[in-house]
Amino acid sequence: MSKEPVAVTGIGQTKHVAARRDVSIAGLVREAAGRALDDAELTWADIDAVVVGKAPDFFEGVMMPELYLADALGAVGKPMLRVHTAGSVGGSTALVAANLVAARVHGTVLTVAFEKQSESNAMWGLSLPIPFQQPLLAGAGGFFAPHVRAYMRRTGAPDTVGSLVAYKDRRNALKNPYAHLHEHDITLEKVQASPMLWDPIRYSETCPSSDGACAMVLTDRAGAARAPRPAAWMLGGAMRSEPTLFAGKDAVSPQAGKDCAADVYRQAGIADPRRDIDAVEMYVPFSWYEPMWLENLGFADEGEGWKLTESGVTELDGDLPVNMSGGVLSTNPIGASGMIRFAEAALQVRGQAGEHQVDGARKVLGHAYGGGSQFFSMWLVGSEPPDA
Amino acid sequence: MTRDIAVVAFAQSDILRTTEEQSEVEMLMPVLHDVLDRTGLKTADIGFTCSGSCDYLAGRAFSFTLALDGVGAWPPISESHVETDGAWALYEAWTKLLSGDADTALVYSYGKSSPGSVRDVLTRQLDPYYVAPLWPDSVALAALQAQALIDAGDTDEPALAGIGTRSRATDNTRAQLRGSVPQGDYVVRPLRTGDCPPIGDGAAAVVLAAGERARELCSRPAWIRGIDHRIEAHGLGVRDLTDSPSTRLAAEKAGAFERPVDTAELHAPFSSQEVVLRKALRLDENVRVNPSGGALAANPMMAAGLIRIGEAAARIHRGESDRALAHATSGPCLQQNLVAVLEGDPR
Repeated sequence: MSKEPVAVTGIGQTKHVAARRDVSIAGLVREAAGRALDDAELTWADIDAVVVGKAPDFFEGVMMPELYLADALGAVGKPMLRVHTAGSVGGSTALVAANLVAARVHGTVLTVAFEKQSESNAMWGLSLPIPFQQPLLAGAGGFFAPHVRAYMRRTGAPDTVGSLVAYKDRRNALKNPYAHLHEHDITLEKVQASPMLWDPIRYSETCPSSDGACAMVLTDRAGAARAPRPAAWMLGGAMRSEPTLFAGKDAVSPQAGKDCAADVYRQAGIADPRRDIDAVEMYVPFSWYEPMWLENLGFADEGEGWKLTESGVTELDGDLPVNMSGGVLSTNPIGASGMIRFAEAALQVRGQAGEHQVDGARKVLGHAYGGGSQFFSMWLVGSEPPDA
Repeated sequence: MTRDIAVVAFAQSDILRTTEEQSEVEMLMPVLHDVLDRTGLKTADIGFTCSGSCDYLAGRAFSFTLALDGVGAWPPISESHVETDGAWALYEAWTKLLSGDADTALVYSYGKSSPGSVRDVLTRQLDPYYVAPLWPDSVALAALQAQALIDAGDTDEPALAGIGTRSRATDNTRAQLRGSVPQGDYVVRPLRTGDCPPIGDGAAAVVLAAGERARELCSRPAWIRGIDHRIEAHGLGVRDLTDSPSTRLAAEKAGAFERPVDTAELHAPFSSQEVVLRKALRLDENVRVNPSGGALAANPMMAAGLIRIGEAAARIHRGESDRALAHATSGPCLQQNLVAVLEGDPR
């Protein structure tokens, strides 16, 4: 029994900003979805089902917002599915949508992920009430900083590596018209001089709070044949989860991330990710997660990830560009951030990434994670269909 | 692509008015053990896990992450979550099995409505700009629908009372309300207490399996012959509240109209909604509706829809049904509806 190949034929994003006061939540998602349809040269009527994802409903104060969004996303009379897997949700949502095509349940599916962080305060939305969480663990940075310290201690990485990542990603963002942060005067010195927020994470090594949405049109082989522009083909996709807290957990390099990557590589026939994969859009909300995930995803041996970063391998013109779009460090509408990684990977293999295009990108990995580094979703997309 | 997929096991908790002494995880754990015990499977044997729950009931973001700890996701598992009723988690798992990525799936969902005012909480799922600020609660919205049905001549108050009475005349020991339950006073006219669902806490779980694996795990698998779900417009003003076109379309796509069913488990939290669903699903008097008592006997939010599928499947497992329909709903006044058609092997 074979699965239907899944193609990305439409991609749309909003210009991500701190506050989109000019649109409602419905207006925001519709903007991204409309652009994805335009890219695929399809209309709302061509869509068989809609799959929506976002991070906690508390971020906008709307419970199960997909109900209210049914009209705006042209879903009336259609199946509409809502996914929520914490920070990995944007990636998971794309995978759930892709599976509808792969299983031949639907021919063409619209998938949308969003966050309108300006409608509330994400830091407090994530800070759970005592006694369920220890005091002074404010926001995601408070949770992840100790794991970054553990990484530094374990690998002996010099404390300059994080700022290199931030400096690179913010420069990459200047080439991406949809990125939230466009810091034209960015310098490495400015990153290193920025205030310490959660030691060792500095202000400029932290993701912004963004309003934004991302959408993709996923379709089958027949749909791809009708598409006006090159398709990105899904060569592998997987999700893995592990518990939040338990004695055996490696918070620096979680087993779920390793297993998820291994599953994707197996599906895609990737023997050596460092050699076989051309570029990566990875979920790096705090700069140090680039070297950490380079190891977790198998691009570097344990303890060696920071050396790839330090040597410039992950620069836009490096041997393994990472976060060509500017990444989560430059744009973070939380629920959409994972889908943006997946979509940017697809843009690269379609050759449509504009100024931040990597020449000859044929196989690109999109990566997302969430919760306490416990939920992972990834896909590998290629410029050629599987089995071709 | 054809691949036969079946519900091979179902378990649920007692549905209780309050479970103050239990966390969600503590409420869920025995149900997970129960459903796995029925198949002899362990967490590590399961190919895909999917759950349904809602942060707004739990009162905290990422509430489902703790339930995952209860599942015992180690070594890491292939897993996903829908922020809605577990019936939609089952749908996601069904597509995962269809694509051949997994041969078995664990689906679970849970909800505690007792800690807060569920009528107030549900107002937060309405259009956040124009409707939610007015705080129209779920009973008031259902009452609009009930009155529309009465005005259209589709039902009357005594008929609605009969639905409540019949629903609670169930031998389902898990149900929250059983036996002779007074119809009570008006909550919001024309709905009385007896027309409204009890507020309660509960959890449910289902195991799905494909093909031969299903036959190994269950002596009479409940084969999913079709499953589909559809959504309608959110605004009540643009919908005919006396009808449910999304239910009808989902049923058609699920193959419900191809042959008659003998049993229907309907997720109708209000008596008046059973009237709407019976019409949309063309159920006549020969169909046994809600032998479990349905949502009027027990309505644990986010689990009540999955329980409908589980109850329908369990009747097939026990040989009490050959072809059953299960329905789940989400959103105000039946905005989103899922229909599954389950069949046992011929006897």
